[in-house]
Amino acid sequence: MNGSLLDSVNIGNWMLIAPELWVLTMTCVILFVDLYIKEERRGIIHLLGMITLIFAAIITLRGGYLEEGATQAFAFNDTFVRDRMGDVLKAFSYLVLAGVYTYAKFYMRQFSLFRSDFYTLSLEALLGIMLLISANNLVMVYLGLELLALASYALVAFDRGSQRASEAAMKYFVLGSMASGILLYGMSMIYGATGSLDLAEISTAAAAAGSGDIILLFGMVFLVVGIAFKLGVVPFHMWIPDVYHGAPAAVTLFIAAVPKMAAFAMAYRLLQSGLGGLHVDWMQMLAVLAVLSIMAGNLAAIAQTNIKRMLAYSTISHMGFVLLGMLPGTATGFGAAMYYVIVYSLMSAAAFGMVILLSHHGVEAEKLDDFKGLNRRNPWYAAIMAMVMFSMAGVPIFVGFFAKWLVIKAALDAGLMWLALLAVIFSVVGAFYYLRVVKLMYFDEPLAESSIEAPVDFRAAISINGILMIGLGIFSSALISVCMSSFT
Amino acid sequence: MSLTTTLILIPLLPLLAAIVAGLLHKQVGRAGAHWVTILGVGASCVLSLWVLYQQMYEGLGTQDITIYNWMISDGIRFQVGFLVDHLTSLMMVVVTSVSLMVHIYTIGYMAEDPGYQRFFSYIALFTFSMLMLVMANNFMQLFFGWEAVGLVSYLLIGFWFKRESAIFANLKAFLVNRVGDFGFLLGIAAVVYAFGSLDYADVFGRAGELEGKTFSIIPGLDWQLATVICICLFIGAMGKSAQAPLHVWLPDSMEGPTPISALIHAATMVTAGIFMVARMSPLFELSDMALTFVMLIGVFTALAMGLIGIVQNDIKRVIAYSTLSQLGYMTVALGVSAYSAAIFHLMTHAFFKALLFLGAGSVIIALHHQQDMRYMGGLRKHMPITWLTAWLGTLALVGFPFFSGFFSKDAIIEAVALSNRTGSEIAYWGVVLGVLVTSFYSFRLLYLAFHGSPRYTVDAGAGHHPPDGVLQHEPHESPAVVTVPLILLAIPSVIIGYFTIEPVLFGGWLSDAIHVAPQNDVVAELGTHFHGPMAMGTHALVTVPFWLMVAGFVIATLVYRFRPALADYAAMKLPVLHRLLENKYYFDEFYQSAFVRRSIQLGNGLWKKADAGFIDGWLVNGSARLMGNLAARIREWQSGYLYHYAFAMILGLIGMLTIWVIRS
Amino acid sequence: MLTLAHFLTLGAILFCLGVAGIFVNRKNVIILLMCIELILLAVNMNFVAFSRFLGNLDGQVFVFFILTVAAAEAAIGLAILVVLFRNRKTINVAELDDLKG
Repeated sequence: MNGSLLDSVNIGNWMLIAPELWVLTMTCVILFVDLYIKEERRGIIHLLGMITLIFAAIITLRGGYLEEGATQAFAFNDTFVRDRMGDVLKAFSYLVLAGVYTYAKFYMRQFSLFRSDFYTLSLEALLGIMLLISANNLVMVYLGLELLALASYALVAFDRGSQRASEAAMKYFVLGSMASGILLYGMSMIYGATGSLDLAEISTAAAAAGSGDIILLFGMVFLVVGIAFKLGVVPFHMWIPDVYHGAPAAVTLFIAAVPKMAAFAMAYRLLQSGLGGLHVDWMQMLAVLAVLSIMAGNLAAIAQTNIKRMLAYSTISHMGFVLLGMLPGTATGFGAAMYYVIVYSLMSAAAFGMVILLSHHGVEAEKLDDFKGLNRRNPWYAAIMAMVMFSMAGVPIFVGFFAKWLVIKAALDAGLMWLALLAVIFSVVGAFYYLRVVKLMYFDEPLAESSIEAPVDFRAAISINGILMIGLGIFSSALISVCMSSFT
Repeated sequence: MSLTTTLILIPLLPLLAAIVAGLLHKQVGRAGAHWVTILGVGASCVLSLWVLYQQMYEGLGTQDITIYNWMISDGIRFQVGFLVDHLTSLMMVVVTSVSLMVHIYTIGYMAEDPGYQRFFSYIALFTFSMLMLVMANNFMQLFFGWEAVGLVSYLLIGFWFKRESAIFANLKAFLVNRVGDFGFLLGIAAVVYAFGSLDYADVFGRAGELEGKTFSIIPGLDWQLATVICICLFIGAMGKSAQAPLHVWLPDSMEGPTPISALIHAATMVTAGIFMVARMSPLFELSDMALTFVMLIGVFTALAMGLIGIVQNDIKRVIAYSTLSQLGYMTVALGVSAYSAAIFHLMTHAFFKALLFLGAGSVIIALHHQQDMRYMGGLRKHMPITWLTAWLGTLALVGFPFFSGFFSKDAIIEAVALSNRTGSEIAYWGVVLGVLVTSFYSFRLLYLAFHGSPRYTVDAGAGHHPPDGVLQHEPHESPAVVTVPLILLAIPSVIIGYFTIEPVLFGGWLSDAIHVAPQNDVVAELGTHFHGPMAMGTHALVTVPFWLMVAGFVIATLVYRFRPALADYAAMKLPVLHRLLENKYYFDEFYQSAFVRRSIQLGNGLWKKADAGFIDGWLVNGSARLMGNLAARIREWQSGYLYHYAFAMILGLIGMLTIWVIRS
Repeated sequence: MLTLAHFLTLGAILFCLGVAGIFVNRKNVIILLMCIELILLAVNMNFVAFSRFLGNLDGQVFVFFILTVAAAEAAIGLAILVVLFRNRKTINVAELDDLKG
């Protein structure tokens, strides 16, 4: 389907990438505006960032681009695809990023880091995320991935005076580059085996070749490793604790919450849209990765005293659950995994939001002890954190429970009884360290008696974020059906 | 306002009130907290009364409304919905009205407690949970309510979490209820297995399908499926309604504040099990075996727990054992298929037992938190209202003719007499003897607390924490917020039986909710002998239970009014019996040695530091020791060295390649 | 005559050298950056070889993208390196172990 040169000038192509164009334009605008405003008026940058997200959401959700009966629309010689899954994930990326901005503004003001770099870099990362979500071609996947990764490396080193941040950035950079090298190596093999970079054509070729093509399978293994690194599953998880720990909390918040949705989309596009024909082959690899992540993530989290590291290991185990949903390769499985990853993003945004909230006097509240007696200091914030922890632990009624339930059910439906059982056992182990936080908040004496101050937009955002934990649980069917209907 | 809105508002208002009182406690203040919860619960009480009125007089039929479809999984619907039939609306009125009284009473009782707002928030939350439980139209919501009331109950038993005994009682209630809940959950699972549905209407409509179905837990040993389901569900009821041998938590739960003992551990939550079995009557009717089991558990509880009440000295514990015994009565009624009699007794008991507890609370405030009856006596002249209402409550409890308890208890005894279930003869003698026991310990309580000469001394200079039996000032009557609820509860305790026995028991009023197989229908048979409440009351004078009640009164009067030495003499002469009762049949010791000590060994000394509480002692240290080594080992892998990380990735890559090679 | 297999073998060797360099080297961070370049070059070699032997230009186009991105990546890497050196006065890989556990 090689279109003519004229085809790329076709207005329809540009309509489809309107959200990406908008974000790109606004990134440049912010970069430019920053040159001309005084330091004390940096609030404008924040405002512009929020406006970018709001309009991006409006443009993305306007829809109407699909032809009668079609579920996907393609642009630029099929390198770019718009579909329901992509739109939903993009919309949640905007939403979570808006939350990140609200939390981060407060953090950066406190730590004298309020610079426009954060906004431009994170919008570039968002652009990478959007491209990755919509990529339908190996080149596009790579470009989206690198755009996201390069912006993320820079973000981690955002606090230029911090020893820990620069160490984390260096580790992230080296490992990330190596991982994208591995991914590229896999892509080259797949290109060699199928003669194409287009995922649809790869899919046809892979289905025809089946498990017999050694080069194709060899490439697939490398591809799985690249995806696993991006998701951060064991044993490709080593960067996560160090980066989460070393980066400023605002950046950790961003890296924890937003890119995981893109990683999921990338996994779906590459493994299902591209290599769907090799499902039996990649399923076993994902199964091993899922088991290792759920086990190692939950166990290692127990031994942590630093909440950022604890949440990092919890992320690792959550990503294991996401893989669990992807394993069966069925529509409901992917729907469950997508639901999980969205829920995870909301949960981790709230958790790191709380870390930021408790930080004061230029000291991050990264110790678990900082949460001691929170109920005494402010019961509402304690209630929010408790809801987040319950949700992460998968206590029924809270949204996290439904996420776990759906992926475990997907695994059960695929006949992976032992995996499901293991997942249940280790979510009980995991419940321990989440509930420890609740215990600290409600039963221990506070270390500091100072009241907790935050601007009104922060308080509103964290309250809504916390209420979502139970609200989305009670009214869970809407989001579940949105996710499920994305894969039909 | 549409009916659906009304029904949603009934549980929602207490929930909102709980949230406001709990989370905004700084903003609303103490008065704000009690106003908001009282208004919430009061409004929900009014609305419940309105629903009951509509059903009684306006011909409103059974409402089965699905509010929200949570999710559908494998054809099983998880939903939030309300089933409002006569049984539900009766329970709604009982729950909200007792709860309202307790709310008002709490203003006086907890006036000086630092956890004032928290307490109001909890009891409003409890009201919400209990309403969700009784209004459920499906098993999942029932289970939600079941766990939620349990949760609030643990929170409240441990309300004074600085007291060590409160923490232990809390832990005990939690652990014992886990056993019950496990059975309950198995029961629900069996229902899903048998019917593939969680919906009441669906399950009860197809209950007949169970007949003849068997289920083998151990291969070769077939059980009736209906029996398995019912016994599992009933185990849940045993935990919640504190039936022997899962009763041990209830007396200890008296560590919680008294309003809670009245609301949760007497009037409402502990009757959830009774309600549940009545609700499940279409299932229970299918299994004679399960019903016999229910009946025998009930009669044992009714008699044995009443006997323990005789030797208790703590005023709240006497009433707690009395509650156990009365719950036993209700369970017996369930066992002989007299579900409506059980519900009837549940209702009258809710009022008079709440009254007795609140009366005991009033005495406890007057004596500055002295609960030991050995240091009471002669309170009649100091607190006339409490004294009078306590008498009225006691007369209702012992079943004095025309008092509410008389009608309900007599109905149960008669129903047992008419039943031809295996073992109903034993049950009959059990419940009849229970009347004597009830009467004896009830009047003993009255005499020890209110009559005779005071056994405390007043010493103004005794300081803030005087020794037992010494008070700083003369006891005096409690304030109006305490006495008004007493009076308001005394009214139904006296009259409600007289006015409602006919519709509830014999008018077929509950027949839309309760299904009784014709051959089991003892209540209908009872109805043929029934000629109005007046005739029933006068006829009582020639029945055995009445004279046993009088005998209990006479013995109590003799012993505690005129010859106090007799009690000690009897204890000396019957040392074995006395020791058995004092030690509550050694249930606690048995559990200690059979389960607790065993799990202590298992947990490798985890409980040594149980004083630090459940979470500190058990969860943190225990799991840390179990998982600690493993976690530390995994932690070491995260060495911090970049080349180790890269190496791990390469190993991972090689591992993935190996998987691929092995596969192909 | 050079066959596809020769090119692929060369690519694989370069790839392995690059990867091995990352975890064998314990001294200088700059060497890590060079190893990363080596990995990318190995990939480029693969793409060009496949493209040539498949008679399909897509692979060579991809190589251009990789080269461009690699340049950007090196820029970011060096920037982080500068920040790291300024903060810690060392670029010794073995001393980057504050974050662990």
